[in-house]
Amino acid sequence: MNSPSQQNTGTPVGRGSAAPARAADEAPVIDFDKFKPTRSHVAARKRKDLFMRVLIVLAFAIACIPLVSVLWTTLARGFRRLNWDFLSHNMTNVIGGNPTPSGGYGGILHAVIGTLEITLGAMVISIPVGVLCAVYLIEYAGKSRLADAIHLLVDVMSGIPSIVAGLFAFSMFALLAGPGTLNGFEGSVALSLLMLPTVVKTTEEMLKIVPNDLREASLALGVTKQRTITKVVLRTALPGIVSGAILAIARVIGETAPLLMTAGYIVSTNANLFSGQMTTLPVYVYQEYSKYRANCPADASDGCVTSIPMERAWSAALVLIIIVLILNVIGRVVARVLAPKKK
Amino acid sequence: MSSTLHEPVSGKKADGVFRGVAYACGILILVVLAAVAVFLLVQAWPLIGGNQADVSETIASFTGGRSTNFWSYVGPLFFGTVLVAALALVIAFFVSIGIALFISHYAPKKLATVLSGVVDLLAAIPSVIYGLWGGLVLVPSIYPFWNWVAETLGWIPLFSGPAANPPRTVATVALVLAIMILPIITSMARDIFQQTPKLLEEAALGLGATKWEMIKLAVLPFGRSGVISASMLGLGRALGETMAVLMILAPGMRYSIHLLQASQNQTIAANIAAQYPEANALGVSVLIGTGLVLFVITFLVNLAARRITSKASVKK
Amino acid sequence: MGQRIDIKHLNIYYGSFLAVEDVNLEIQANKVTAFIGPSGCGKSTVLRTLDRMHELTPGAHCTGEVLLEGQNLYGKDVDPVAVRRDVGMVFQRPNPFPTMSIRQNVLAGVTLNNRRIAKSDADDLVEWALRGANLWNEVKDRLDVPGIGLSGGQQQRLCIARAVAVHPQVLLMDEPCSALDPISTLAVEDLINELKQDYTIVIVTHNMQQAARIADYTAFFNLQAVGKPGHLEYFADTTTMFNNPQNVEAERYVSGHFG
Repeated sequence: MNSPSQQNTGTPVGRGSAAPARAADEAPVIDFDKFKPTRSHVAARKRKDLFMRVLIVLAFAIACIPLVSVLWTTLARGFRRLNWDFLSHNMTNVIGGNPTPSGGYGGILHAVIGTLEITLGAMVISIPVGVLCAVYLIEYAGKSRLADAIHLLVDVMSGIPSIVAGLFAFSMFALLAGPGTLNGFEGSVALSLLMLPTVVKTTEEMLKIVPNDLREASLALGVTKQRTITKVVLRTALPGIVSGAILAIARVIGETAPLLMTAGYIVSTNANLFSGQMTTLPVYVYQEYSKYRANCPADASDGCVTSIPMERAWSAALVLIIIVLILNVIGRVVARVLAPKKK
Repeated sequence: MSSTLHEPVSGKKADGVFRGVAYACGILILVVLAAVAVFLLVQAWPLIGGNQADVSETIASFTGGRSTNFWSYVGPLFFGTVLVAALALVIAFFVSIGIALFISHYAPKKLATVLSGVVDLLAAIPSVIYGLWGGLVLVPSIYPFWNWVAETLGWIPLFSGPAANPPRTVATVALVLAIMILPIITSMARDIFQQTPKLLEEAALGLGATKWEMIKLAVLPFGRSGVISASMLGLGRALGETMAVLMILAPGMRYSIHLLQASQNQTIAANIAAQYPEANALGVSVLIGTGLVLFVITFLVNLAARRITSKASVKK
Repeated sequence: MGQRIDIKHLNIYYGSFLAVEDVNLEIQANKVTAFIGPSGCGKSTVLRTLDRMHELTPGAHCTGEVLLEGQNLYGKDVDPVAVRRDVGMVFQRPNPFPTMSIRQNVLAGVTLNNRRIAKSDADDLVEWALRGANLWNEVKDRLDVPGIGLSGGQQQRLCIARAVAVHPQVLLMDEPCSALDPISTLAVEDLINELKQDYTIVIVTHNMQQAARIADYTAFFNLQAVGKPGHLEYFADTTTMFNNPQNVEAERYVSGHFG
């Protein structure tokens, strides 16, 4: 759309002079023809717009390929061996690629128990400490130097690589409980180190958005600070804190490397968190992957499957994804259900 | 009328206790981090204070005699870690921005909601699964592509052939790590882009900007610091990633940039996980020493991200 | 010179919801036309159809014709981007680009349209636009500071300078003073009065005194009930509208009985 009228010397409003040498308080005269977009430039802009649009859609499409492939292969290959026998047995009595007496090929019962106990241990350590630390930072510390220091250290902690967290738990237990100690609780300690900064940060964010009016209203009624915090502030922030904690759990539940060096790996079920090695699902996936092939002697029965470790790995991976997915969904639902009712 | 001002208030004790507990938890964070440092340093101490001959011997056993000194041992590992993570970030960065823009500004609303959920789910998938996928799906199928790259772009040292088969190479690992950090960066970038004030977008469009020009004028400047800190987070994740590297890469201990050849580099994290099971006490000390180096790298990256975001927020 | 706008049988929808029904209106060139009416009557919606900003809301569309000097803005091969270059818009709240200096803000639209601009031309244009927006004397010594650092009223005038720098034919203003204090409001109103020599101005306002002060013509929009579509109830020159309206609803509205 080009303007039909040819008024190209738009003089500034209220001042009509067009002298070439203008005084300091006079507006310049603008030849708007100079700024008129050329036809080719308009076309070039359109082309660029289209080009970027195509590029962005293309980026999306290309990224979809591997991501869909990850989900799809896990789903397709995981379902092959995922049955009740797989979920209800551990890896004892599994010899090569031969079927076990129960008719299955071993399973992940011990790994599921290990994962749940170790993660629960990490929760018990990190959630109370993390929430209270955030309460201290927001409700009590104000802008002190201690608060600054804690903030910095929480940031530092959130950058700790998971393998370093594993090394820490390992060295701690080596010094306190003797060298070479491996147990489930050691894994919990490593995971809680990874969870703690997430819990502190999300709780802090949630406490920050609790309106100050609420605190003042409660304090003005003569309620003590502790009751104000527990009954009013934390209650208001609860949905956010819970969903933040669940998302933090979903993140650490898939950790492999730190558990490899702290909780160890066994084939049988160990329900005691504080003694003996424990297997977790991610470690199980890795161990099965490392086996690569099972041994099937020449005289083995037809039921002997050489590729069984890989199939078990995929099935365990599928179970892991399902657990993470469920935790994510629960986190979201909890946030919605617990949210203070709006009219 | 008698005043109640001086009567004891119920709950006063609980108030004090609660305050004390909260304070203790704050202090505990300091203690925990100090403990991390102390325990790691104590375990790594034999490296410095122990018998240097033994240390040399241990390192020689790790490297097959190629290195006897801690720094010459950690050097190639450091190089490999940074190389892999940087490559992953380079691959993931532009694609992430593209997807984030697609979700926030191009896709229809319903599709965008669905995609957001999928991206969040993908960000939560454990790395061991990416490693499994990389090792069993990507490695067997990507050789023709790398081979093609080596043949056409082989004159660039980065891509010099022959491409390894199976391609358990830095290039493949970097690709898997890029896919892994893609959802993380995308999800943060998307959140920022969606927060762009409508007012600014309309200001740009009202001036006659095309959609892309609007994004350049309003969305990208608004989201810049957020995008940078998101990529730093992704970089930190890639630097510390253990399993995907361990499960895919054929390790080597060189300062090599031949991405398509096998047995060139190794990362610190994967090296710890690989050597750890067979290491003796002194060996563990050496590995913890390398772990401290990794910690310092990720710490610096996080510090940089923090600086960038706080600088940007001060400006506003 | 400004251009005239003819609105013919304009129906505006959000999805399947009819928001504004059958608007017919002639907006004169180089005059100020004010849109008034109660909340929800669709006056801002109508304004946003005049530069095709309306369709940015997902699902929003309209039927009918909007003719700018005889050319239909909703014609088949009309590019909305080109429409927005010819019809400028000033928004409810000032919205300078936060990462840009004052100078860059003024030039934002022009730099989109041109590959390269000579520095002297750019300098002249910045001065011209800022003088036009009565802002030059206040900011001439600090053109390179961020536009976001100005006061609210100055920011709004900066946004007007940014809009006029593209040299549009029509200037749309969506409650441009609602976020401003009385003194800044007066400055902007004076400016509108001057700008009408060069532009056709359409302004949406909540403030009837403001409409009475600055508008040549006033259009009164109304709606029967919440949930019903809004419509153009009455259109007249401003004197008639506020002194002797020939419409019962309009009279009740301008005398403060509802709204």
